[in-house]
Amino acid sequence: MKRSFVLCAAAAALLSAGVRAELTVGVVVPLTGPASGLGIPMSNGAKMWPATVGGEKVKLVILDDATDPTRGVQNARRLVNEDKVDVLIGSGATPVAIAIADVASETRTAQLSLSPAPLPPGKDTWTFRMPQSNGVMANAMVAHMQKQGVKSVGFIGYTDAYGESWLQELTPRLEKAGIKLVGSERFARTDTSVTAQALKLATANPDAMVIVASGSGAAMPQLALIERGYKGKFYQTHAAATRDLMRVGGKAMEGTFVTSGPVVVAEQLPDNHPSKALGVKFNQAYEQAHGAGLRNQFAAHSYDAYLLLDKTVPVALKKAKPGTAEFRAALRDAIESTHGLAVTHGVYDFSASDHWGFTPDTGVVMKVVNGDWQLEKK
Amino acid sequence: MDPTIAAILSLDGVTNGAVYALLGIAIVLVFTVTRVIFIPQGEFVAFGALTLAMLQAGRVPGTVWLLLFMAAAVAVNDTVAALRTRRHARQVALEAARTLGLPVIVSAAAIVLAPARPPMLLQAALTLALVTPMGPLVYRLAYRSLADASVLVLLIVSVGVHFALTGLGLLFFGAEGFRNPSFWDERFTLGPLSLTGQTLIIFAASLALLATLFVFFDRTLVGKALRATAVNRTGARLVGISTDGAGTLSFTMAAFIGAASGLLIGPSTTMFYDSGFLIGLKGFVAAVFAGLTSFSLALAGALGVGLIESFGSFWASAFKEVIVFTAILPVLLARSFVDRHPEEH
Repeated sequence: MKRSFVLCAAAAALLSAGVRAELTVGVVVPLTGPASGLGIPMSNGAKMWPATVGGEKVKLVILDDATDPTRGVQNARRLVNEDKVDVLIGSGATPVAIAIADVASETRTAQLSLSPAPLPPGKDTWTFRMPQSNGVMANAMVAHMQKQGVKSVGFIGYTDAYGESWLQELTPRLEKAGIKLVGSERFARTDTSVTAQALKLATANPDAMVIVASGSGAAMPQLALIERGYKGKFYQTHAAATRDLMRVGGKAMEGTFVTSGPVVVAEQLPDNHPSKALGVKFNQAYEQAHGAGLRNQFAAHSYDAYLLLDKTVPVALKKAKPGTAEFRAALRDAIESTHGLAVTHGVYDFSASDHWGFTPDTGVVMKVVNGDWQLEKK
Repeated sequence: MDPTIAAILSLDGVTNGAVYALLGIAIVLVFTVTRVIFIPQGEFVAFGALTLAMLQAGRVPGTVWLLLFMAAAVAVNDTVAALRTRRHARQVALEAARTLGLPVIVSAAAIVLAPARPPMLLQAALTLALVTPMGPLVYRLAYRSLADASVLVLLIVSVGVHFALTGLGLLFFGAEGFRNPSFWDERFTLGPLSLTGQTLIIFAASLALLATLFVFFDRTLVGKALRATAVNRTGARLVGISTDGAGTLSFTMAAFIGAASGLLIGPSTTMFYDSGFLIGLKGFVAAVFAGLTSFSLALAGALGVGLIESFGSFWASAFKEVIVFTAILPVLLARSFVDRHPEEH
C-alpha cells in the first residue's frame, strides 16, 4: 500500500515536471455546422503556419466545434487539460467563441478568438480578438454611407449573435451620422424564404439596405429585396466577403458595397499600407494551395494569429518554458503589450484595457464590379 | 397591413407550404407503413437540390459514390445472409445483380454525362434517378433488420441516419450554399402579385404529385396494400401482403418526394448541405398536425405552417421559428385529449 502510494506520487511528480520543449497550440473552429463556411478556411489558414513560431517548434491541434457552443467548450477543455496547450485559438463562430472565453479565463490560457466576440467588460482578460470588431467595420460602413449621401437605411440580419452585435454597433453610429434606421428585420440561414421581411423593408424604401449574413447565405435577402422592386444601394458585412456571394447571387450582386479587412483587396492597397506586402504574400500562398479566387479574410485571421504569436512567444520564453502556467501568463502579458504589429488585416494595437486589437480605421469598403472586388477610396 | 401585402404573404406562405405538404405526406407515409419517424426526410431535399447544383457545375456529385457504396453494402449483406442459409449460388448472384443493377447504371450515366452538361431537364431526371434509389437502400441498411423494434428504437436509428447523411452532405457538397437556376424564367403579374414561373412549377408539380398519391392509395392494388399495412401490419401479412416490400416501397416514394421537393425549391432559396433538416422538420410539424396518420390533414397542416411562417416573419421576423414551432403545442394538447391511443402493432 505504502509502496504503491510512493510510486504514484513519483509518477505524478514526473508527469508534472515533464516540460516539453515545443509550443502547443489548440485550434477550435467550426468545420461542420452552420458556420463551417468560415471554419474551413480558418483551419486552412492555420495549416499554412510555418513549422516554428518565434523560433520554437510548434504543434497544432485542430478540433471541430460543429458551430455548437457545448462542443466548443468540451474541445477547449480537452485541449487545455489533456493536450496542455499554451494558447487557444478560436472559435470562428461568435456564440462558440463567447462560450470558450469562459474556459480561457477559468484555466488561465490566452484565447485568440477568430470571430469578433463581444464580451462584457472584465470578462475578456484572457481573450483577444483577431478580426476587426463589428464596430470598426461599422465605422467604415457608416463613413462610406455619408460619402454616398445615404439618408435612411433598412437592416436585415441573422437571428444570432452576429446579427445582434452588428445592429448594436450600427445603431448609435447611424444616429450620430444623422442617418435614419427605418426598420430592422431578422432571418435565419436555413430559412427558405425572406419574402415577408423583404416586403416590409422594401415598402419603407430606404436609400440603402444593410445585410448582415455570412458567405453564400448573404445573397438570399438581397435577391428577395430586388425581386420586391427595391432599387437602392446594398451594404454587406465582412462575413459575406467571399466569392460565394457572387457565385450564388450572380449579376444581382453588382454594385454591392462590402466591408472587409484589407487583406481581400491587398493588391489594390496603396504601397505605403502596412498590410500590403503581407497580404499579397498570404493571398498568393493561399490561392496556390486552394485555388485561384478563393482568398478570404477568415483564413487570414488564423494567419494573423500566427504573426501575433511569432512576435510574442519569444518575449514569453524569456520568463518561462512552454507547457507551464507561468508561460501562459507571460504569453498573455506579451500579447497585451503588443503595439503597432502589422498583420495581413491591418495593425494590431493591444492594451490592458483594449483586447480588440485593430485601430478604428482598419476596415475597408469594397464594391462588387464584374464579379470581383474593387477597393473603394476612403 | 393592406390586402396587397396580405396577398403577397399568402402566396409566399402557400408556395412554401406546398413543399412542406409533400414532405409531411412522405413522413406520414413512411410512419404509417413502417412506424419509422423519418427524420432524414429533409436530407433527401438537400441531396436533390445540391446534386442538381453539382451537375450544373459540370461535376460528378458525391451522391454517386454514396449510392454505389450503399448498393454494394446491401449486396454484400444479402450475400452473406444467403450463404449462411445455404441458398443456391445462382439465386444469390441474381439477387445481388438486382440490387446493384440500377445504381450502377445510373451512376455510370451520371459520371459520363456530368462533364458534358446536358440540358437541365435531363440533369433533373438524373438527380431523381440518383437520389430515389437511396430511399430503399437506407431502409435495408438501417431499418429492415429492426422492423419489429419499438417506435423509440426506430426513432433513435433515424437520428443516427440523419447525422450520417448530414455529415456526408458536407463532405460531398462543401460548406457553402448553392442556388439552382430556375426551370422556367417567365414572370406574370396578377393584380398586385407577381408570379414567377418557378412558383407556378412548384404549385403544378406539388398538385400533380399529391393527386397521383391520392389516386395511388385509392385506386391501385399496391396503394391499397400499403394502406392495409399501415392499418395493421400483422393483418396485412396474414392476407399475403409483404410488409417488407411495403416498407421498401414507402421509402422509395419518400426519397423520390424528397428529391423532387429539393428540385422545386432549389431555385428559390440558397440550399446548404444542412438546410434539409429544418425544411423536413416543418414537414414533420405538418405531419404531427395530422397525428402522423392522415394525408389530407397533413396537407392542411403544411399550408398552415407555410402561412404562419410567412405572416410570422412579417410581424416579428426574429421570432419566426418560435412562432412556427410553438404552434404545434396547442395541436398536441388537443390531440392528446381527442385521440384514442391504439396499441402498437
